[in-house]
Amino acid sequence: MIDMLLAFLQTPLGILILTVVKALALLVPLLIFVAYLTYAERKVLGSMQLRRGPNVVGPFGLFQPFADAIKMMFKETVIPSGASPLLFLMAPMLTFALAMLAWAVIPVNDGWAIANINVGVLYLFAISSLGVYGIIIAGWASNSKYAFLGAMRSAAQMVSYEVSMGFIMVTVLVCAGSLNLNAIVNAQKTIWFAIPLFPMFIMFFISTLAETNRSPFDIPEGESEIVAGFFVEYSSMSFALFFLGEYANMILMSSMTTILFLGGWLAPFQGTMAGEIFTLIPGPIWFILKVCFVLFFFLWTRATFPRYRYDQLMRLGWKVFLPLSLFYLVLVAGVMLAMGWLPHAA
Amino acid sequence: MAFLDRTARSLLLGELVSGMALTFSYMFKKKVTINYPYEKGPLSPRFKGEHALRRYPNGEERCIACKLCEAVCPAQAITIEAEPRDDGSRRTTRYDIDMTKCIYCGLCEEACPVDAIVEGPNFEFATETREELLYNKDKLLANGDRWEPELARRLELDAPYR
Repeated sequence: MIDMLLAFLQTPLGILILTVVKALALLVPLLIFVAYLTYAERKVLGSMQLRRGPNVVGPFGLFQPFADAIKMMFKETVIPSGASPLLFLMAPMLTFALAMLAWAVIPVNDGWAIANINVGVLYLFAISSLGVYGIIIAGWASNSKYAFLGAMRSAAQMVSYEVSMGFIMVTVLVCAGSLNLNAIVNAQKTIWFAIPLFPMFIMFFISTLAETNRSPFDIPEGESEIVAGFFVEYSSMSFALFFLGEYANMILMSSMTTILFLGGWLAPFQGTMAGEIFTLIPGPIWFILKVCFVLFFFLWTRATFPRYRYDQLMRLGWKVFLPLSLFYLVLVAGVMLAMGWLPHAA
Repeated sequence: MAFLDRTARSLLLGELVSGMALTFSYMFKKKVTINYPYEKGPLSPRFKGEHALRRYPNGEERCIACKLCEAVCPAQAITIEAEPRDDGSRRTTRYDIDMTKCIYCGLCEEACPVDAIVEGPNFEFATETREELLYNKDKLLANGDRWEPELARRLELDAPYR
């Protein structure tokens, strides 16, 4: 019986079914995680602003995300008369689909990725760059000035920060010697890259804030200037898809930070007594804990800093991060070469 | 040198880190908001909430239909009609307040010579329809009966300052 099942899983149909099951096993918990991230955000922001946050729906307000979801589903999708309906409805779907798509290569544990491809980093980079299309299309198709301004801002911002993000990733690649995310994590067994590459780690985190349009770089949304930016005209589920996409992107960027700098699923203090105990906790738990840790920083910065002005944001991206990351890349590569630490292709 | 100092400081993110430390410390402070429907903040005896028409302890309504409140009302929310009752006393036959017009200024309360119309402590009288906010005499008298102990207490507390 089990032999037959294993044999079936080798057939094309079996592989397809297995992949779908794997994808569901990843995406369903992910969406629940997204839902609770919105809850966590409201609670954390609330307590940092001496408020309570949601506390009425269910114990401690724990059912609030579901109440919000149900509310969204029962609202009417309003399509503005001047909008282009096809593109208008496509944009949120695109944003959401791309946010989910990137998860295919994220390894939650050793080898636990749906697609363990050798160009994982490039794939992630490509998908996160595509994310800007959802926003541009939304801004353009809404036929509204605020949406258009938001989309323009967002496009310029995401393109600018991707440049320095690329350099930062290259530094990690120089240290890891592979584009495979699994191999990158395994290269951090001796030391997490966040320690030798600490400045890069900080810059990467700040760039991910800009890349996901999170505060203090949330000028594409900029409630106080352009209402809600690129999604002003959206309502009900089309709005919810943008919302889910944004939060899924936050989690994605946090897991990218975790994989590139915080040693993915690896337990901390490996090789010491404490490390022995920590390895008893399974990898995925460590992965989720680290992702939550990075996500907390997302919320924390939102509670702390005011929004950047547009020219300041551009200055930071092009005149600070770009030269700094370039300089550090050359430095790291030089030191690695001089000391003979370059990893050889495995 | 000043340039170097400034650059180094900004690169080390000193101010950002101290700002984040501040918000983090606030996370564990006592909340300043109250858990509203279950907890409520203190109300001054002068709080101007929902209106009520009061009665004398013997059950006779206080209002003598002098129409001072109607005259003073800046929003013209009050409408009064009056005629002598069978026993010859002057009473209102109609006393309406349009709560959607009322600006809760409290002038009616101050104009009233017999403390009949008062603004009570109740501020939770939201309704589902607009019509329910067009109060008539019955509604106002019922409010008075409902809140009388509290209304009397508030008038007594505020008496030294009137």
